[in-house]
Amino acid sequence: MSIDEGTAARVAKLARIQVDPAQLPALAQDFNTILGFIEQLNEVDVEGVEPMVSVTPMRLKRRKDGVTDGNMQDKVLSNAPDAREGFFAVPKVVE
Amino acid sequence: MNDLPKMKIAEARDALRKGDVTSLELTEACLAAIDGAGALNAFVHHTPDLARAQAKAADARLQGREEAPALCGIPLGIKDLFCTRGVASQAASNILKGFTPEYESTVSQQLFDAGAVMLGKLNMDEFAMGSSNETSCYGNAVNPWRRGNDETALTPGGSSGGSAAAVAADLCLGATGTDTGGSIRQPAAFTGITGIKPTYGRCSRWGIVAFASSLDQAGPMTKDVRDAAIMLQAMCGHDPRDSTSADLPVPDFEAMLTGDIRGKTIGIPREYRMDGMPGEIEALWSEGRRMLEDAGAQIADISLPHTKYALPAYYVIAPAEASSNLARYDGVRYGHRAKLSQGDGITEMYEKTRAEGFGDEVKRRVMIGTYVLSAGFYDAYYNRARKVRTLIKRDFEEVFAQGVDAILTPATPSSAFALGESHDDPVQMYLNDVFTVTVNLAGLPGIAVPAGTDKHGLPLGLQLIGRPWEEGDLLNTAYALEQAAGFVAKPAKWW
Repeated sequence: MSIDEGTAARVAKLARIQVDPAQLPALAQDFNTILGFIEQLNEVDVEGVEPMVSVTPMRLKRRKDGVTDGNMQDKVLSNAPDAREGFFAVPKVVE
Repeated sequence: MNDLPKMKIAEARDALRKGDVTSLELTEACLAAIDGAGALNAFVHHTPDLARAQAKAADARLQGREEAPALCGIPLGIKDLFCTRGVASQAASNILKGFTPEYESTVSQQLFDAGAVMLGKLNMDEFAMGSSNETSCYGNAVNPWRRGNDETALTPGGSSGGSAAAVAADLCLGATGTDTGGSIRQPAAFTGITGIKPTYGRCSRWGIVAFASSLDQAGPMTKDVRDAAIMLQAMCGHDPRDSTSADLPVPDFEAMLTGDIRGKTIGIPREYRMDGMPGEIEALWSEGRRMLEDAGAQIADISLPHTKYALPAYYVIAPAEASSNLARYDGVRYGHRAKLSQGDGITEMYEKTRAEGFGDEVKRRVMIGTYVLSAGFYDAYYNRARKVRTLIKRDFEEVFAQGVDAILTPATPSSAFALGESHDDPVQMYLNDVFTVTVNLAGLPGIAVPAGTDKHGLPLGLQLIGRPWEEGDLLNTAYALEQAAGFVAKPAKWW
């Protein structure tokens, strides 16, 4: 499997990372090197093997479905690049 | 005063309890050592005021009290991956520039509750992705060790490179690290210190910036095995805020250090004998085998047949989880937001913010993760890798079922390499984790212990892998190995 520049551009788009078109050939090359390394996995017989979900067999703990904290709007917004009137501010999303 | 930072945690604990030294004296000595070690670039956020306040509080709590917690008054460094309240916590990334958490990670909180003092935040690879500390937004940390009189700057390893450099150079008594594929054990081996990654679930991940959630574990990096036992004890324990944290009692690890390993079975896995492995590593490994045998352990040659596939499986699973975890860095809630042009919408904001904020290695891994999770490739890559992970874990379960107590391997395929040495090929850098990554995939505890030096006088480490939840037994085997190896070398001060 070989990744071309078009695929590299599509992956960058999916990952929401802007990539300068001039960088795409090098990026595609990196992907191919890494995926070439990963291809070794095809040698393994995985017939009938379950994909791992949790590395330690454990049952997730349950707790009461209740509010455990809150009322900290200032703290929640304190690191926001742009917070106004108690909200996160972003560019217009809907026309 | 200048010798105080050279103390081990156990020594300092005893001296503090007796009143022979105060935490403030110890802390001032460490702060002075840090000020004089800018060339190592280990500490990247300094918190002297906080450290002095914590030291004074610890001294008030100590007052010659024998029952004070072991870490009361002990100055530590904290990896930048841990969120610390009111103190910059950037995961060495520009995308978290200016981020000061409103909360404290569970592990650092537990350390502070025990009376530990934080000297500052430690350098690391960006989002813990790297094996040389060179992907850090602060520039790389530098290994205090050099090849004899050769002044070539060497890597302290990664991702916990700042932690390793700081402990090896005696800037602090111990440091926290995190380990996703070897990020505690490889830098520990490169700097001649001890580092343990406990069983997955031992330490809470709450408040630690996530890289690959099914693999990440915190652990201590210390000057010897006893200190690792003491510090790990304080870091472990159940936390309801991490659903994968184990609700199991934490034994007294230090009390388990008897050095008696008679009758234990140590496995030597044949698959860890890699093609092209340097003779020195091979010799060290044989030496370690002999030392454990002399200490009364039985040695068993074992097979872990899927070892070869651990790294490729890791480089599917870890990037896949990272691509999901790092989706949160979108320029909305915290950290960096790109300056937008006229007419830019929210998608441009995401794309520009992430392009500016993430470094190259992080971008590469996020995109690989995106690719292996994308429609049409999910089964071929991600699901296949998770099946291989099942097989890797099964390999370990089978040898443990045969009665093996611990497994001895080299910690790294080489000694510390020069900074700037292996950049062209990302896969070449990934090979650093070849001996450590299996342990994360199987969720097991693993410890790196310094055991010898190479021809340039650089430290080399051996790794011991234990049964799940049996860190106490593992630490004891490591203690026996440490005593037999007698590694006491220190880097000559040049910084």
